[in-house]
This record gives sequence, C-alpha cells and structure tokens, in this order.
Amino acid sequence: MGEILRYDHVDISYNGKTVVRDISFSLEEGQILGIVGESGSGKSTLIRAAMGLLGPTGLVTRGDILYKGKTVVDISANERRRINGEEIAMVFQNAGSSFCPIRKVGDQLYESVKEHKRITREAFYSEAEELLGRLGFEDSRRILDSYPFELSGGMQQRVGIAAAMLLRPDLMLADEPTSALDVSVQKQAVEEMLLVRRQLGTAIVIVTHNIGVVGAMADQVLVMAHGECAEYGKTDQVLHHPREAYTKVLMDSVPRLRTG
Amino acid sequence: MEPVLKVENLTKVYQRGTPGKGGTAVNAVRGLSFALMPGECLGIIGESGSGKSTVAKMITRLTDVTEGTILLDGEDITRRRGSRMRDVYQKLQMVFQMPVESFDPRQTLGSGIGESLRNRGMGRKAAGEEVKKLLLMCGLTEEFAGKYPHEVSGGQCQRAAIARAIAVRPKVLICDEATSALDVTVQKEIIQLLNDLRRKQGDGLSILFISHDIALVQQFCDRVLVMYHGEVVEQGNPDEVIAHPQDPYTKRLIESIL
Repeated sequence: MGEILRYDHVDISYNGKTVVRDISFSLEEGQILGIVGESGSGKSTLIRAAMGLLGPTGLVTRGDILYKGKTVVDISANERRRINGEEIAMVFQNAGSSFCPIRKVGDQLYESVKEHKRITREAFYSEAEELLGRLGFEDSRRILDSYPFELSGGMQQRVGIAAAMLLRPDLMLADEPTSALDVSVQKQAVEEMLLVRRQLGTAIVIVTHNIGVVGAMADQVLVMAHGECAEYGKTDQVLHHPREAYTKVLMDSVPRLRTG
Repeated sequence: MEPVLKVENLTKVYQRGTPGKGGTAVNAVRGLSFALMPGECLGIIGESGSGKSTVAKMITRLTDVTEGTILLDGEDITRRRGSRMRDVYQKLQMVFQMPVESFDPRQTLGSGIGESLRNRGMGRKAAGEEVKKLLLMCGLTEEFAGKYPHEVSGGQCQRAAIARAIAVRPKVLICDEATSALDVTVQKEIIQLLNDLRRKQGDGLSILFISHDIALVQQFCDRVLVMYHGEVVEQGNPDEVIAHPQDPYTKRLIESIL
C-alpha cells in the first residue's frame, strides 16, 4: 500500500507563536486517521496546513507535509487551486451551508468540476449520477435537480461528502464534519464517509472532538493536547487502552451509554 | 410530597406573520405535562427542534405560554410578568449554554453574581462577602470576583454562572444545554459541581436538565423525558428507557449513539 499523506515533525505558528509542535504521522491508501482533542488543542490548525488554509499569518515553520511524496507546504496559489478538490478533498462542519441557496445542487457541482477538467454537462450529470448511486443515494438524479433547502440537514451533509469525491481525490480532509448534526444525522454522515472509503479507497483524515465518531470510523487516532501529540496509535489501543495520562483523563470524561 | 414545579398541558405556538395572510404557525410544544419533585433531577432529551429549549423558556417566562399552566411551589406563574417575576426568580434560576454570553461583558463576574443579592436589599459589602463564598463553593477562587467574562475560560465562566444561579438559594435550577459548549473534561467537572450541590442541598434543590446527550442524562438524572416534535414520547428511569425503549423514536435515538 502506498503512502498518501505524511507529516514529518511539523511545527505551525501564527504570528510567530508556535501553536502546533512536532507532529508526525503517516497515512496509507484507504486508511482513516482520527485527530481528536479539546478546543484550542491545535487539531484544526493541523489539517488546515495541508489544505493551505492557515491564512496570511499562519506558517509551517518546521518539518514537512507530503502528499504522495510531494511537499504541499510551499506550493503556489495557482497550484493550490488545482490540488484542492482534485487531489485533496475537503469537508467542513456544515457542508449544506456551503451550497448556494438559489441554485440547484447539480449546477453548482458542475461548475466546480468544470474548473478542473473539460467535461460536457451531459457527461458530468451521468458521472455524478453514477457516483452518487455508488455512494448509497437511491435517487441521485432528484438530488442533483434539487435546491439545497429541499434536502434535509443529514442529506445535505451526505451530499457534501459525496460531492467532494467527484474528482476522485485520493485523500479527504474533514474538519468537524459531524459536529453541527444531531446524533441520528451524525450517524448517517459517518456511514457516508465509510462508504466513500469502501467504494473508492479514499484515505480520510477526520478532525473531531467527538470520540464516538472516531471510534466508529478511524483505523488510527492521534490525540492532540496543547498543540502537541499526546498519543498516536491504533484506534482500539488509544481509545480503550490509553497509555498516556492525558488520554486516560479524556476517555474517562466521555459520557458513555450504559445499556442493559 | 408536593412537586416543586408542575406543568400541565403546556403548549407553545410560534406565530410567524399574520394568520390567514400567508403567515405560518409552528407548534413547538404540544400539551406537555410533568412534575418535578423536591430534590429530583429530571432530564429532558431530544434533538434540535424538538421543543426542549422552548419548555425552559416558558417555565422561566422568557417566552409567553400559548396554553397550559405552570405551577411553581403550588403558585400559578403562567401569566406572571414584570416586577412580580422577582418572587419567581427567587425560587427558579437558569444556567444557559453559552456562559460567557450570559454575563454582561462590562461587569465583573463578582458584580454579576452579586446583582441578584443587592437587588434583594443586601448591602454592597455583605453581597461581596457572599459572592466570595459562592465562588469557593463552585470551585473558583476569590480573585475571580474581579475578573471580566472574557478573561476566564468557558468552564470557569460556567462555574461563575452556576454561582450566580444559586446565589438566591433557588429551589429549582433549569440547565439548558449547560455543558454542551464545553469540552468533555470540563463538562465532567461541571457535572461533579452540580452533583456536589445536590448532595449538599438535598431536597432543597431540584434540577431540570435539558440536553441532547442521552449518555450524560443517564449519568446525571433520576428520570428522563424524551421529546420529539414538541411532545413527550417516552419517560421513565433513564437506565430503563435506554435498556428497553418502547417508542420507535427513542429506539432510533439510542441506536444512533456511536
């Protein structure tokens, strides 16, 4: 299996102040990595660096971020526009609200795909219908012909996740993709991401404060605390047999449902 | 024992626009009834839009009741307003989701916590002393009295909000998603604080705990109501409800927990 994403001793700073320190991990094809931590731990900053979304004051000051062996830290704005979407998919907290409310979903997706490749409207619609079908949507044509408000919140988030796959990137970076959702809808979004991995072999990095979500989908987990890696390992080990004191406290604080 | 808070057939219709002229009505709460016993901790769970916060707003009289009655300590407060609400807030206090926003940004925490005491005729100095005691009781130090809301963390600010709520020794505390904006480790601390207060005050303090987190409600509450589309679909002992849900919605909710 090939390596998709690698962080190599990465430091990130805002305005000269280091907020993420010495983070290393490696993600292979089709793997899911969960990055968890509390507010201010630096978890969002960590993946925003790979997306090139640190803003004018944020800088990777040490180490390297490699996508399939290529460094993505110092690439130009033009190259970045190509890579984001085509090679690296991004999903945010509320995918539904990133749609324009007065245009149909299909038209909006066509526009974004057109930026990356030459394709006719007809060809796009048949490709998109086929992809949505594979990703578990029963009536993909109706979804493409809908306005965003005609879809439920859970459906919007699922469509946002599926739409990120239209250009078949090998990596999806998801920043709190389930955090604005009710639990029943949250489960749908998690299942959608698992289906993306199963059907398309996409590697996924999911950043969340929700331990349950990570437990349900990640192969490996990185726990962040105060900008540093508190623990990194296989999901079962980190969540159920944590070695570090911080992880123990964190896991102990998560309310768990007692059944039976 | 008489219930300290009793609501009967509580209903709320939010009217948008003029009825009959294209206006719409949303029936947010439909005929809700429950009784909160002295010392009891009652949980209300439900997803967004289920009406759980509207229940809290009606009981605290932050929004008008469309139909039904609210009895606090045997007294009908359904239509209570204006200066007569002071007696109500002597017995009933609320802790909100966003602690920092629930304080006046230009007032120190100490001043905010002591306000209700000063309003009830306590002298400035005595109120200041009482505030210090309340801060210690809620796990903060005396220095927090001089801090502004933006200078403290979310968890510290929620502790201050609880200190403010218990300052007047209310019989009923209404917590609407009081830990939902906090990190889990901080949430645990706040729940411990509420548990300490319950232990100390016994039957003197009852809590209505509104949350979307069913696992948290199971840990903390004696009884739970499950709300869906403005109605109670199931209620009972949390362990029972979770182990043997009867209503299809409750079943779906429990199955969705990851």
